[in-house]
Amino acid sequence: MKSVRIDTTNGLCGALLIVFGLFFAFQSLSMDLGTALRMGPGYFPLVLSGILVLVGTVILIQATRVASEPIGPLAWRGMLLILPAPIFFGLTVRGLGFVPAVFITAFIASFASVRMKPLAAFVLSAGVAIFSYLVFTKGLGLPFRPFGPWLGF
Amino acid sequence: MELIDNLILGFSTASTLSNLAFCLIGVLLGTLIGVLPGIGATATIAMLLPITFQIGDPVASLIMLAGVYYGAQYGGSTTAILINMPGESSSAVTAIDGYQMARNGRAGAALATAAIGSFFAGTVSTFLIALFAPPLTAIALKFGAAEYVSLMIVGLISSIALAHGSVIKAIGMVLLGLLLGLVGTDVVSGAPRFIMGITDYADGLNFVAVAVGVFGIAEILRNLENEHDRSVLITNVQGLLPTREDFRRMAAPILRGTAIGSALGILPGAGAILAAFASYTIEKRVSKHPEQFGKGAIEGVAGPESANNAGAQTSFIPMLTLGIPTNPVMAMMIGAMIIQGIVPGPNVVSEQPALFWGIIASMWIGNFLLIVLNLPLIGLWVKLLTVPYYILFPIIMAFCAIGIYSVNSNAYDLYAVAFFGILGYAMMKLRCEPAPLLLGFVLGPLLEENLRRAMILSKGDPSTFITRPISAGLLVLALAVLIIVFLPAVRRKRAEVFVEETA
Repeated sequence: MKSVRIDTTNGLCGALLIVFGLFFAFQSLSMDLGTALRMGPGYFPLVLSGILVLVGTVILIQATRVASEPIGPLAWRGMLLILPAPIFFGLTVRGLGFVPAVFITAFIASFASVRMKPLAAFVLSAGVAIFSYLVFTKGLGLPFRPFGPWLGF
Repeated sequence: MELIDNLILGFSTASTLSNLAFCLIGVLLGTLIGVLPGIGATATIAMLLPITFQIGDPVASLIMLAGVYYGAQYGGSTTAILINMPGESSSAVTAIDGYQMARNGRAGAALATAAIGSFFAGTVSTFLIALFAPPLTAIALKFGAAEYVSLMIVGLISSIALAHGSVIKAIGMVLLGLLLGLVGTDVVSGAPRFIMGITDYADGLNFVAVAVGVFGIAEILRNLENEHDRSVLITNVQGLLPTREDFRRMAAPILRGTAIGSALGILPGAGAILAAFASYTIEKRVSKHPEQFGKGAIEGVAGPESANNAGAQTSFIPMLTLGIPTNPVMAMMIGAMIIQGIVPGPNVVSEQPALFWGIIASMWIGNFLLIVLNLPLIGLWVKLLTVPYYILFPIIMAFCAIGIYSVNSNAYDLYAVAFFGILGYAMMKLRCEPAPLLLGFVLGPLLEENLRRAMILSKGDPSTFITRPISAGLLVLALAVLIIVFLPAVRRKRAEVFVEETA
């Protein structure tokens, strides 16, 4: 018996689209669908997500037949450190204030590269924070508190 | 002459001291970021978008954004020539002969040729826009909801057609983009949709967050996959001025490139890229010395660079007249307009003539500033190329975070960036094009609104889309594009099957 081989790239792509499609479809179903004449909030998204599931399925079926390019190396370290950087900024910009939040964001992101040394990261992040303070707060006058309540300001 | 009056209005708007300054800052910043290796024009604009919002005046802000666009494009050509690393696919063609010229010690001449070609193309296409935009808006004003729906379908299908790689994946990307665009409050019923109880997303996902995540962060992650040293071959660029012989050889390719680029740029999707490739092919074919191509032929830089720039410029035509973006950059311009409170579409020219003509005039000024500023500053850009990547991206990340937060002061926009960063990276790894997704995202709400309106106007009869002549014509066009797209795909699949059978 010939075993079914699924191409990883296309297989994952199809699966991802199906998951998104199902998510939007189920959410749409819980809303008012309305009629074609007066479409409710759920009508158009339900149609779109239905087609998306279909497209995902076609890609998944294709994956069993045609081999595509391999996925290649993944930037695990990059994902682990780059993605939390903006999240951290969002969590702390009010509490810690603008300047420390910028410093920490740059500092976390620095370590996404294997080449960065701690001292260099510190100097770089401090430089970015000072520069941002001068340009965005002093220069452009953005209404952010430079230092927040968590630090006793 | 109305055209002259309009251009005078445009130039008087664009040449006020502050607008000139914003144009200059835009061009400089655009080149600065665009010249950083591995960061293309789209990512550059996405990252600089929030800065332009800090300017209160919509005209100044859009002028600056357009400046960023030209600057970023020129920056991309610079890296293509100097280190064989095109910032994006449209300058990939420039890299072929430009890099060879640089290796032969003619980097200066190559850069100057690119600048001169771009400037000439920019000048011509600016006039083309001024000439063709008003009649097109007159047609567009006759558009009803049904026509808009059909027009957007044409735009989306064309973006699928011109995406790289798999057609079906591009369709998936458009659909996903449309759906993501619907996240937020439904305008008709006021019902919240797909926000999973997070009221901070009730106004919809932040456009800047989506663009920065999908283009900017995803690109940073890809660059981190394997960190290797870049060899910067050229540390000192000399002999900027092309010789008399160079000028003689570049003239015709620049003219042809401009013509090709202007025509193809209007196409939705990737007109500029197509134009650059077409121009290169034609130059190689008409050349008396085709064997020089790939070994540093100046025609191979002059033609594609002109075509690329002309195409980039004329892609403003559908955006300005119809409010329909034809590529991710135009999608960002639309996003910027909406954030500034301007409804893109045919009404812009009558309601905001100063804005409309000001942007057109600023295109020419931006191109002029590019050639005046960038050639002397080449030394600085070359130095930037030697800055290691691991120093650049923490800076970029910090500025991205500040920029996105500055748009709405909403911390949830930053969480969205992280989400779209990983989604964009996943799509990149799964060989999906992000451009159709962004177009879908921008058009999603517009498409739904017009679809609903059209159905109400026709009393629920869907045949309205084919009984109204303009709408029917547009749909036929969309269908034709779709058929053409699938024809070669069918052929390719046949080829694959064939390979499997013989193997």
